[in-house]
Amino acid sequence: AQTLAATPNPLYVGKEDLTPLKDVTGYNNFYEFGTDKRAPAENASTLQTRPWTITVEGLVKKPMTFDIDALLKLAPMEQRVYRLRCVEGWSMVIPWDGYPLSSLLSKVEPLGSAKYVEFVSLADRKQMPGVNSPILDWPYREGLRLDEAMNPLTLLTFGLYGEVLPKQNGAPVRVVLPWKYGFKSAKSIVKIRFTEEMPTTSWYKYAPSEYGFYSNVNPAVDHPRWSQASERRIGDPKGIFAPKIKTQMFNGYGDQVASMYAGMDLKKFY
Amino acid sequence: MKLVIFLLALLPLDRLIYLALTDGLGANPIEFITRSTGTWALVLLCITLAMTPLRLLIGSSQPIKCRRMLGLFCFFYASLHFVIWLWLDQSFDLAAMLKDIVKRPFITMGFLSFVLLIPLALTSTHWAQRKLGRRWALLHKLIYVIAVTVILHYWWHKAGKNDLQTVSIYAGVVFILLCCRIPWMRNQLTKLKLS
Repeated sequence: AQTLAATPNPLYVGKEDLTPLKDVTGYNNFYEFGTDKRAPAENASTLQTRPWTITVEGLVKKPMTFDIDALLKLAPMEQRVYRLRCVEGWSMVIPWDGYPLSSLLSKVEPLGSAKYVEFVSLADRKQMPGVNSPILDWPYREGLRLDEAMNPLTLLTFGLYGEVLPKQNGAPVRVVLPWKYGFKSAKSIVKIRFTEEMPTTSWYKYAPSEYGFYSNVNPAVDHPRWSQASERRIGDPKGIFAPKIKTQMFNGYGDQVASMYAGMDLKKFY
Repeated sequence: MKLVIFLLALLPLDRLIYLALTDGLGANPIEFITRSTGTWALVLLCITLAMTPLRLLIGSSQPIKCRRMLGLFCFFYASLHFVIWLWLDQSFDLAAMLKDIVKRPFITMGFLSFVLLIPLALTSTHWAQRKLGRRWALLHKLIYVIAVTVILHYWWHKAGKNDLQTVSIYAGVVFILLCCRIPWMRNQLTKLKLS
């Protein structure tokens, strides 16, 4: 794989064992390439990551289209080790390479009326076999409140393990929000739109009671079909019979993000 | 014949053991084992249910002679599926388990299916069959209920992620197999044999 130079950020080195690369790249939810966890690794080779642009538009002073090669140079590339907690009850620890999304968003000068940010992923039937199935209303859409998008933890991501992002992990550019369930971190992004209204996200549209807009990791709020109190760490060095581990509020990132939700009933705004 | 079926029915377990020993269970081995044992319990349930239509079609009682063993293998894989959930998912926390059963319909259906299979497995001997007489046949009609609860279990598990292709196929197979119990269908199957 092609290497991607990134400087480790000492704030996000992490004490936990990293999830092996083969698991990070072999066990994915990326429905554009099929619903099976192994399907993205098997099918994503057809994804064309060059040329690639991200259009940033909506309630901004300077709408712009960024080429992927310009994006790679927009800000210093850092490596950050983040926990990833999937809504399905498993987790990984991954060294991502990227820079804060705020570096990009501030370039277009959001208007005062902008309250939310919507992410639109690529949905091309020719490159993505899963898009032929009506599993979701394509293209995949995700969204954040503006303060969440500008939070220093929110990483615009181009690589992992010091390599260019593998296609099955959302190449060539995705976001990573470690305090939210994994599906909130949109992959293969082609458009970012600033809006006043809360965007309707793909999973929310499909099952509003199961996949809320916020979807912050919260062990006290169960998924309708399973408890979120614990999680299975993929590639747990203690072996396959290792017990599950306790899920932390905001996936352990409360110090950096809890203040954004002060006074909100997180059972209601799940 | 019975020995062949016995060995064939053990293959899914052999495969899991082989994969476990060769690091082949993937990134989430527990999920893999849970799903594999659940799927094979369902497959064996379908094969068990296919024995009566097969008897009608070929006009031989040979399939019925294999039916008990197939049913017991269904119970065997269902038990593995249940124990793995109880042990590796719930860590034998009975309170959490009961909470899950009450709260989550897909687990309710899975648990119900397993519980209903127990009396069938226990009364699978010739001795019990003789002892229970006519009530035995009635009791074993429970398998039709179980077929439905198993499909609901699987369906509701997949529904949240809109991933219903595979489960739809199983539901179709179970539906056809249950339809074969309708007297009219039985007659058709018998006629097919004669022609």
